[in-house]
Amino acid sequence: MIKVQDLHKKFGDNEVLKGINCEIQAQEVVCVIGPSGSGKSTFLRCLNMLESITSGDVTVDGHNLKDPKTNINMVRTEVGMVFQQFNLFPHKTVIENIMLAPEKVRKISRDEARERGLKLLDKVGLSEKADQYPSSLSGGQQQRVAIARALAMEPKLMLFDEPTSALDPELVGEVLEVMKQLALEGMTMVVVTHEMGFAREVADRVLFMDEGIIMEEGKPEQIFSKPTSERTKEFLNKVL
Amino acid sequence: MEGRFNWAGVIEFLPELGTGLYYTLLISIVGLIIGFILGAIFGLGRISKNKIFYSITSVYIEIIRGTPVLVQAIWIFFALPLITGFNMASVTAGIVVIAINSGAYIAEIVRGAVQSIEKGQVEAGRSLGLTHNQTMRYIVWPQAFKRMIPPLGNQFIISIKDTSLLSVILVPELMFQGRLIASNHFNAVEIYTTVAVFYLFITLTLSYVLRIIERRLDVQ
Ligand SMILES: Nc1ncnc2c1ncn2[C@@H]1O[C@H](COP(=O)(O)OP(=O)(O)O)[C@@H](O)[C@H]1O
Ligand SMILES: [Mg+2]
Repeated sequence: MIKVQDLHKKFGDNEVLKGINCEIQAQEVVCVIGPSGSGKSTFLRCLNMLESITSGDVTVDGHNLKDPKTNINMVRTEVGMVFQQFNLFPHKTVIENIMLAPEKVRKISRDEARERGLKLLDKVGLSEKADQYPSSLSGGQQQRVAIARALAMEPKLMLFDEPTSALDPELVGEVLEVMKQLALEGMTMVVVTHEMGFAREVADRVLFMDEGIIMEEGKPEQIFSKPTSERTKEFLNKVL
Repeated sequence: MEGRFNWAGVIEFLPELGTGLYYTLLISIVGLIIGFILGAIFGLGRISKNKIFYSITSVYIEIIRGTPVLVQAIWIFFALPLITGFNMASVTAGIVVIAINSGAYIAEIVRGAVQSIEKGQVEAGRSLGLTHNQTMRYIVWPQAFKRMIPPLGNQFIISIKDTSLLSVILVPELMFQGRLIASNHFNAVEIYTTVAVFYLFITLTLSYVLRIIERRLDVQ
């Protein structure tokens, strides 16, 4: 589903990604952990070209992102993204947030978009909020709407960038629950997270990033129980 | 007059002042509509990555903001025909002055409002597969427009009052009429006060309308 080869990313002179290699299979759930500033977000954002690629190759669902012939908007319709700050559209109601892209990009009818949106709201447990504005929702509810909005495009792959980091602790669970459900349904997911419990339980594989490279990767039980790299041990000691 | 005001005497001149009001409104409305369109275009120029578009926009804005409206009016009405041989009626010239002048300020208002929309909004739109233009149209503009309303209201009011300077290019607007009457009838205080009331009437109505629009848009 995703193939990353020797990915480098520079912001000016600051090299943030220093040669990332990895492959992610369909239906795999991969959690990316690592200290703040290590390039996790940048890596994730390169996967849907929210950041341009300095060098290396990224192939998503068979499309080479650097190929000028690749229609990036098309690729993005297959790749959902959920942000730390939710980024719901404040001038649109919950259901309008969800309907916008299916209508404008997938060109499905209003009725169909609404029906699809209501189904997804039901799935994330928020049917009764359809016609409210995001500002009247709690953070956890907003993030669940954001997940529903991304799912409305029926993506093949979902990217999550610290989806629970902006939430009050008591609201984290409801969002992780939705994500877990999604994983069980076989969605391909790349999740940057500090929720080690979630990573341990749901991930098929964990990548530990440090200073712009993937320092270590493996099954969660291996990474969490017997990490090989000193940096991984150090990091896990701090967060666990 | 014997040291007393003669307000009743003003009534006699209401037809002239009415004509003035008509031209003031005409020039303000048409000028500001065009000014808004110019402002939207050049506001986008100010955030454009296209260097040529950006440079043209910046030069335009700096020249307009850095020179008095009065001089701009004189350039357009007197100097432009000398250079180009193209004559404009004074009312047309007045509309052009207000449009070009307000356009420069509105461009900055548009730029500020668009830039004030959080980057995450654009990223959310693009990550869903919306094109740049769709993201602007459905996500950025509606939010930016709401933020533009208070400063736009300010600029509209400034421009409406700026039309009073157009009397130098012989536009028969309110101030022009007022000055004409006052110089013939020696009732300057009464006439200019009446003129001021007319301006207040326009600007207060505008403020009121803008407040209603703002409330309509303030759905949250
Ligand atoms: N748009 C940007 N411009 C310049 N530097 C950036 C930008 N985005 C991220 N960085 C830098 O890249 C580094 C990695 O950031 P990020 O990928 O956000 O790390 P993480 O998500 O692991 O905390 C940081 O040093 C950050 O300052
Ligand atoms: Mg981050």
